[in-house]
Amino acid sequence: MTTIAPPRITSLLEVSGVSVTFDGFRAINNLSFTIGPQELRAVIGPNGAGKTTFMDIVTGKTRPDEGTVTFGEVPRSLLRMSEAQIARAGVGRKFQRPTVFEDQSVSENLILALKAQRAPWRVLFWRETGQDRAKVAALAEQVGLQDHLARKAGELSHGQKQWLEIAMLLAQEPRLLLVDEPAAGMSFLEREQTTALLVELAKTRAVVVVEHDMEFIRRLNCKVTVLHEGSVLAEGSLDHVTKNPQVIEVYLGR
Amino acid sequence: MTRTFLARNPSVLWFLAALAIFTLTVTVLAEGLGLGLIPTAFVKVLGKTLCLCLVALAMDLIWGYTGILSLGHMAFFAVGGYMTGMWLMYARTEEIVVQALAGSPIPPTPDEVAQGVATQIFGVVGGSDLPAIWSFAHSAWLQLPMVVLVPALLAMIFGWLAFRARVNGVYLSILTQAMTLALALYLFQNDSGLRGNNGLSGLQNLPGLGEVPQSSLSIWFFLASAALLALGYVAAAFVTSGKFGSALRGIRDDEQRLRFLGYPVEGYKLFVFTLTAVIAAIAGAFYYPQAGIINPAELAPIASIYLAVWVAIGGRGRLYGAVIGAGFVSLLSSWFTGGMAPSIPLGFYTIHWVDWWTVLLGLAFVLVTLFVPRGIGGLFDKLPSPRRHGAQLGPDDGALREKEADA
Ligand SMILES: Nc1ncnc2c1ncn2[C@@H]1O[C@H](COP(=O)(O)OP(=O)(O)OP(=O)(O)O)[C@@H](O)[C@H]1O
Ligand SMILES: [Mg+2]
Repeated sequence: MTTIAPPRITSLLEVSGVSVTFDGFRAINNLSFTIGPQELRAVIGPNGAGKTTFMDIVTGKTRPDEGTVTFGEVPRSLLRMSEAQIARAGVGRKFQRPTVFEDQSVSENLILALKAQRAPWRVLFWRETGQDRAKVAALAEQVGLQDHLARKAGELSHGQKQWLEIAMLLAQEPRLLLVDEPAAGMSFLEREQTTALLVELAKTRAVVVVEHDMEFIRRLNCKVTVLHEGSVLAEGSLDHVTKNPQVIEVYLGR
Repeated sequence: MTRTFLARNPSVLWFLAALAIFTLTVTVLAEGLGLGLIPTAFVKVLGKTLCLCLVALAMDLIWGYTGILSLGHMAFFAVGGYMTGMWLMYARTEEIVVQALAGSPIPPTPDEVAQGVATQIFGVVGGSDLPAIWSFAHSAWLQLPMVVLVPALLAMIFGWLAFRARVNGVYLSILTQAMTLALALYLFQNDSGLRGNNGLSGLQNLPGLGEVPQSSLSIWFFLASAALLALGYVAAAFVTSGKFGSALRGIRDDEQRLRFLGYPVEGYKLFVFTLTAVIAAIAGAFYYPQAGIINPAELAPIASIYLAVWVAIGGRGRLYGAVIGAGFVSLLSSWFTGGMAPSIPLGFYTIHWVDWWTVLLGLAFVLVTLFVPRGIGGLFDKLPSPRRHGAQLGPDDGALREKEADA
């Protein structure tokens, strides 16, 4: 067997010329966005700028009216794939408000998320192996929930739910992680832990973080994309974009 | 592996033990094999009740666990009944025809027998030919697989169309009712090939067992129904435990979230819908021989609504709840509507339970929904048991959830 050197790729996700209209309102307007396979990116912008809608498009929840979205080293269009297929292709998503299965235990939540076959038949006859147990334990440990595995997710505090959701994301082993406002409802200490975790994760995968908290963004220390009215207003280092007069006017100045 | 299955489902052992004791007690007391304290008619009622418990299990799987309020599962139940009914009626009629022709000087040809059977069965709707859908009815080996195949196909087609279009919540419930109504209206027609509103009758007679008295047959059916319920319970516990059960409850609570975890939600819904349709059909296949007759009124839309009421009263989202609900309410219902409950004279008005039972049931449903959302089965939670805390499954949490995970 000959080993073939993996092709060097410059972008993992490529969104180009995408527009979405809701009842005549253009939420995303000719948006283009690229991220590399091991990159951390912060996305900021005023309320209603289209940040969440952008994630909806990438994850297949919302279909754009025009434009292309491709993913992977052999670029594959995501537009014809279902949400579940996109998720299986390696796109993980964390929602703005924590969405865990509240009626199920922490470990059940994690087991659901563990990367594995998803077809009904395979899941029906799935049996937990020692390896799975170890993975669940390690994930719980990573987010500080090791003592809460048997508890129902609904009993956790808001911050703990956020952590559980992050652990579920990690369990999926995604190659692109979309994180919507992770710091909401977290304590100062938890925010620091979160930034550290996101920076660490971005060493092995692409991570897009939407956040309003500027301190949080600063600590991420990465390239920033500013969205406004559905398109990119500015892009660059945080210092660079915060000096941009337009950004100051629409976002920071308020 | 078995140990962990039972450890995760402690209710399975309890349920099987309770069912075994009940079955044994009835068998010993019944007319057929035992002391004769329970009349045959009541043995049949109990056997039928066990079948209703089985279809309630199916309803709990689809509604209580997966959150799809199907109001069409009694249609699958009835289809299962029709499928066995065709074989039973054909075989029984064939015996009669052969007997009648036995006296003739020339022994009848198979064609003559078949013609005789067709005339016997379809004379009542003015026909004398066997419709094409009866092609398999002469053979148990051909006809009985239809108990599973026909409802499975129906459920697959319906489910594929509905789930692929992402019909959810109330809209799906209405659609299942429409399917039920359409099927009933079709069967009511005389030229449906299933004898219109006459339905199929004489189903209590098993071919070749003419000499066996009903008192014995009824016990056999009762035992078969109990075995089937036991099997169904174990199967349902298997499906609802482990990761698959987790996924089902995930669909119920937040299907969009499950999609983003990579689960093909539509595939799961189709799988459960079809599986429960088959369970319902098998239950029906054992119910109607005990009832003796089936007609299109059996799949009136209201029957499926009753099924939902039983499961709600028993406590959805737990298997024993569904069984308790169906058993308790349907027995109570046959007591009230069978004229056995004493009327209550109020002087100015007499309460006849035959008329007022539905009102009482409706009231009970509303009260349970409002005040005991976990149903009768929920009372078991009061017993010391492993963790069952956290978010309640209130009345609006389960099936009728329309709101999606909006990010
Ligand atoms: N399904 C929808 N139907 C109609 N309008 C929508 C829909 N989804 C989003 N919008 C609109 O599109 C615009 C962009 O919304 P989006 O949620 O993407 O903003 P955002 O940048 O995430 O804002 P926030 O910072 O408040 O989370 C908003 O004006 C919103 O009202
Ligand atoms: Mg948003």
